Amino acid sequence: MTPDPHIQISDLRLSYGDKEVIHGISFDVFRNEIFGIIGPAQSGKTSLLRCLNRTIDFSPEARITGTIRVDGSDVRKSVEVHDLRRRIGMVAPLPVGLPLSIYDNVAFAPRCSGVRRKSELDVVVERCLRQAALWDEVKDRLDSLGTKLSGGQQQRLTIARALSHQPEILCLDEFSIAIDPVTTMRIEEVLRELRSQMTILLVTNLIQQARRLADRTLFLWQGEVIELNPTAVVFSETPASRKTYDYVNGLFG
Amino acid sequence: MSGDPSSLFTETPAVRRKLRQEAVARGILGAMAAVIILPLVLIVGYLLWRAAPSLTVGFLLQPPTHGMRDGGVWPALVGTIYLVFLSLAVSAPIGILAAVYLNEYARENWLNRMINLAVINLAGVPSIVHALFGLGAFVYAARFGCSIISASLTLAIMTLPVIIANTRLALASVPRSFREACWNVGATRWQTIRAVVLPNAVSGILTGIILQVSRAAGETAPIMFTGAVFFKVVRTGTLFPYALQDQCMALSMHLFTLATQVPDVKESIPFATAVVLMGSVLLVNTAAIGLRIYLRSHRKW
Repeated sequence: MTPDPHIQISDLRLSYGDKEVIHGISFDVFRNEIFGIIGPAQSGKTSLLRCLNRTIDFSPEARITGTIRVDGSDVRKSVEVHDLRRRIGMVAPLPVGLPLSIYDNVAFAPRCSGVRRKSELDVVVERCLRQAALWDEVKDRLDSLGTKLSGGQQQRLTIARALSHQPEILCLDEFSIAIDPVTTMRIEEVLRELRSQMTILLVTNLIQQARRLADRTLFLWQGEVIELNPTAVVFSETPASRKTYDYVNGLFG
Repeated sequence: MSGDPSSLFTETPAVRRKLRQEAVARGILGAMAAVIILPLVLIVGYLLWRAAPSLTVGFLLQPPTHGMRDGGVWPALVGTIYLVFLSLAVSAPIGILAAVYLNEYARENWLNRMINLAVINLAGVPSIVHALFGLGAFVYAARFGCSIISASLTLAIMTLPVIIANTRLALASVPRSFREACWNVGATRWQTIRAVVLPNAVSGILTGIILQVSRAAGETAPIMFTGAVFFKVVRTGTLFPYALQDQCMALSMHLFTLATQVPDVKESIPFATAVVLMGSVLLVNTAAIGLRIYLRSHRKW
């Protein structure tokens, strides 16, 4: 089976003002894989995700060259940017429960794209909360505030919201930074199940998390790709780059 | 520090000094907080005491009689209500919508900074200057004459910049992460504003407008040139005695004329007028504060 490239990034450069933070990186992400991105802070991981769903547009000082293709079409030439963002689910490092009810948090995105029928919304809300392993905890209080949930619950709510517009790509940006290990393991289970339905980009500072989950792992360091290999190779005694070995073994970073 | 465990909880000189400083700081700060109540109590108390002989329901509902030397303040009260509500009906929507644009849509560039600077400076322009502008722009250029509409528009110009500045502050206090979460799921800016930003900024926006109610009611200079008059006969027994192109009386102006222009006024009348002015402003404020408490208790984070 030949891998089917879902996201193709070629010679992507990003600078904020005079400062270039991504220095011409190229790689493909295959359909239905969990693609790990590891690297220390300031290596351009979050910026990369923002380029992908074009929320980078909200930073007027950002300059981008190169191309990012999703299913072969250039995201920067995408006519309807909101459509693009609906195809990509995005989970930020810190949980953000919107100041709305739990139900409205999940129903927000479908409503934005014009779904009005209560019966349809009910189905979406239940499906997403189940997928995010939150349904059993909140099914009796869907109209209480999303912001009143605990941190771990809010992060799962955030994931439910990211799934609510049925994305084909799910990006998680250090999703476990503010939640406890037990919740982290539950979400990791969820991700393994979701892989059959979507491509998952997992940006993480927890090297072992990439090792547990990712099919392939990319090591990004100061805006450059050091190594992209199957996860088993990256974490082996003999990765392609000496720097990778040092990083995953905690010798620096 | 010595290693003797018994010294851990004893009062050393350093601890005593620290506690003394704490007591002094607390005392001074508390005294200052108490001092701010004093003028309020004095002003309200003095006014009520001096106004007491004239404070009746009839004072509210009757027009002045005997060449302003007796009677009530009905035409002035209604005039003030007209001016306040008309001016805010103009300035609040424009100010709020403009602030939403500036804060949520406009890019941070030199034009935005210029507008911001203009707003801040306009907010600092003395009201007498606004009065002259209103006289030139509305009374003469727009040919509205000296009328309620000219006076209201002048007050609107005066309150607009403060409403804009305050609304921007309220909008900026809504965390950016909420907006980003909405953008990430493909919401447009307007969907984001309507669902998340405005509901959470509304109590702050309202506060700014409340403050402008008292300002619009209390200012004398802007309306003196543009629409308020010394005395005007109005029909009694109707809630809408003025037409928009009429001139009107206003409480602040009425108070000024009673205190300085009319000889032999019964002494309690100016004080009673002041009480009515203050009371009506307080009434509006209380209602708005109640609304704000209600909205804040429904605030969501």
